[in-house]
Amino acid sequence: MDFLNPVINGFAVVLEPTNLLYCLIGVVIGMLIGVLPGLGPAATIAILLPLTYNVEPVTAIIMLAGIFYGAQYGGTITSVLLRLPGEASSVVTVFDGYQMAKQGRAGTALGLASIGSFIGGTAAIIGLTFLAPIVASFALDFGPPEYTALAMLGILLVATISSGSKAKALIAAALGLLLATVGRDIFTGESRFTFGSLQLADGIDFVPIAMGIFGLGEILYNLEERHRAAKAPSKVANVWPSRQDLKQASGAIGRGSVLGFFLGILPGGGATIASMASYAMEKKRAKQPERFGKGAPEGVAGPETANNAAATSSFIPLLTLGIPANATMALMFGALLIQGVTPGPQLVEQNPELFWGVVNSMYIGNILLLIMSLPLVGIFVKILRVRAAILAPVTALITLLGAYTINNSMFDVTLVVVFGIIGYLMKKFGFEPGPLVLAFVLGELLESSVRRSLLMFGGDSVGFLGRPISATLLIIFVLVALLPVIRSVAAKRKSTGATAVTPEIKEKV
Amino acid sequence: MKGTPAESAGGSATASGGGAPRDPAESAVEVDDLTPEQLAAQWEEEKPPAAGALANAASSLVVLGVGIGAVILSVSMGLGTPDKPQPGLWPFVISLVMVALGVFQLILGRHNRDAEKFTRMSTAPLTGLVTLAAMVALMPLIGFELPALVLCIIWMRFLGGETWRSTLVVSAVVVIAFYAIFVLALNTSIPHLF
Repeated sequence: MDFLNPVINGFAVVLEPTNLLYCLIGVVIGMLIGVLPGLGPAATIAILLPLTYNVEPVTAIIMLAGIFYGAQYGGTITSVLLRLPGEASSVVTVFDGYQMAKQGRAGTALGLASIGSFIGGTAAIIGLTFLAPIVASFALDFGPPEYTALAMLGILLVATISSGSKAKALIAAALGLLLATVGRDIFTGESRFTFGSLQLADGIDFVPIAMGIFGLGEILYNLEERHRAAKAPSKVANVWPSRQDLKQASGAIGRGSVLGFFLGILPGGGATIASMASYAMEKKRAKQPERFGKGAPEGVAGPETANNAAATSSFIPLLTLGIPANATMALMFGALLIQGVTPGPQLVEQNPELFWGVVNSMYIGNILLLIMSLPLVGIFVKILRVRAAILAPVTALITLLGAYTINNSMFDVTLVVVFGIIGYLMKKFGFEPGPLVLAFVLGELLESSVRRSLLMFGGDSVGFLGRPISATLLIIFVLVALLPVIRSVAAKRKSTGATAVTPEIKEKV
Repeated sequence: MKGTPAESAGGSATASGGGAPRDPAESAVEVDDLTPEQLAAQWEEEKPPAAGALANAASSLVVLGVGIGAVILSVSMGLGTPDKPQPGLWPFVISLVMVALGVFQLILGRHNRDAEKFTRMSTAPLTGLVTLAAMVALMPLIGFELPALVLCIIWMRFLGGETWRSTLVVSAVVVIAFYAIFVLALNTSIPHLF
């Protein structure tokens, strides 16, 4: 039972007053962000990155993680009450959650979602506790070729699973990789793409890119998509579900926990896919599938459980392999690097306080969210009335002034504005910003792994296929790369009679 | 991040020509009997209008331009060989991928409907950008307080439609709060006038 010692020590870390406070701050901000449609957790984390500079790494990551899984809780409230998912992973909750609200059962829907989220989140943390060290010890044998294949697969999965055009997502990823090459060559020290600028000689900081692409880009985009004033019911009653409701939802919660956990681990997976897959599974399993879309409690409990489980388990590839599974995890990766911590297999052994402190903070964070989300739902409903017109300039100013504090430099502020323009234009032209940021943070790892591998193989790229793990990962890479082509050909064959429904939503619902 | 249906649904009322926002109660009645499929279709319809093939082609040409530019610069840095790479080899490989994707997108992706048309509402982000750029230019000269105040006033009154009273009060409070946080509490070196 020696392996449990660091786990228990992790609780000592998270129970320190400062860490508890930051955990509380993180989950409250996360819930608020989830409640307010517009900025997502990725944009919020990007904007708040400079605030984490002056705190310990474990404290910073505890807060940022709290924002991430807190947002999964908050997104439910607007889905149920207003038919407006505050967060992409709460889209399917609208289908039955809003119908339950129309039937006067909004409180029950929110209660089931909170209980499901708590159970899903907690189950995933338990899974993370036992699975993460195993994955990390397995990954200790990884060399440059394995990391090359893993990083390539991670970027490809995130690009191809994202909504919208796959080619555009891959272009965004290529742009991210290109931006990562700006600065000195990691082997020869020669300047690349610096155009004589001393400020670019050390490369572009991750923070201005994240703050610009996700933060400012999102703010500018929302200026165009001005939100109508939300009018939520003033009172939500009966948030504690009845025994009958709990019985009806218990199966969905159990299945959602398992499904969400595994989908969260996969690169490119995450909360949104998990919630959609859970909804589809519950509908398929139901004896009366026609109840779905008309206020079925399982349609709320399953997806809400799955999205929280996935949000939690997506920390496994980040913390154990150093490979972020989605865009938000890419931001978390950047936050760790800023703090001088390199996520990867060595993290569990070399920095157990941070690893187990962050993992165990999620138990506390989930308890805090359960405590807050049920009794305080009325307060969050009132927060819905905060106008976007006031929030927009406040968040823009936080972004600009926060960017200045990175290095006390106006150059960083200028970079944020430049990347803000790029982020806005990317959204307008249908390019996903997530793959760009993910590829940027993985760029250096990928380049150094490729070049070290080629040195190992004497320049012969066939060497990648001579190692079982890298060969397997590359075969999966090729299959994933070909999948959209195969699906596109198949879709064209039966394109007649297509409806206006988004293909992804249609097939998943 | 792709805009969630929340954004599209939320923004639809004003994005489609600046008409008065629909009464949510009225919307609620309309959606009572919608199936998930119909709801998804409605979200799709409420999205901003899709841009045409020209906009898609233009964005592909930009990608192509960046890719070709990066190829030229990479070659000038020196490529070397796989076992003895020069600084330009890795960016060269990525640039080639970018060029290939740009060509693919130009030929096959022109008619995709994921790009959004610039509408009358697009002047809002443009105005926002101008104020941000002005703030970046003015901050080193006159500090952040006055540019921030002007930015708040423009965003709230002209982009957000707030009343003059709430605009002036909230803007002043916001600037004072940021001064208190960044200058007094955190003691950062942000350029400030007072």
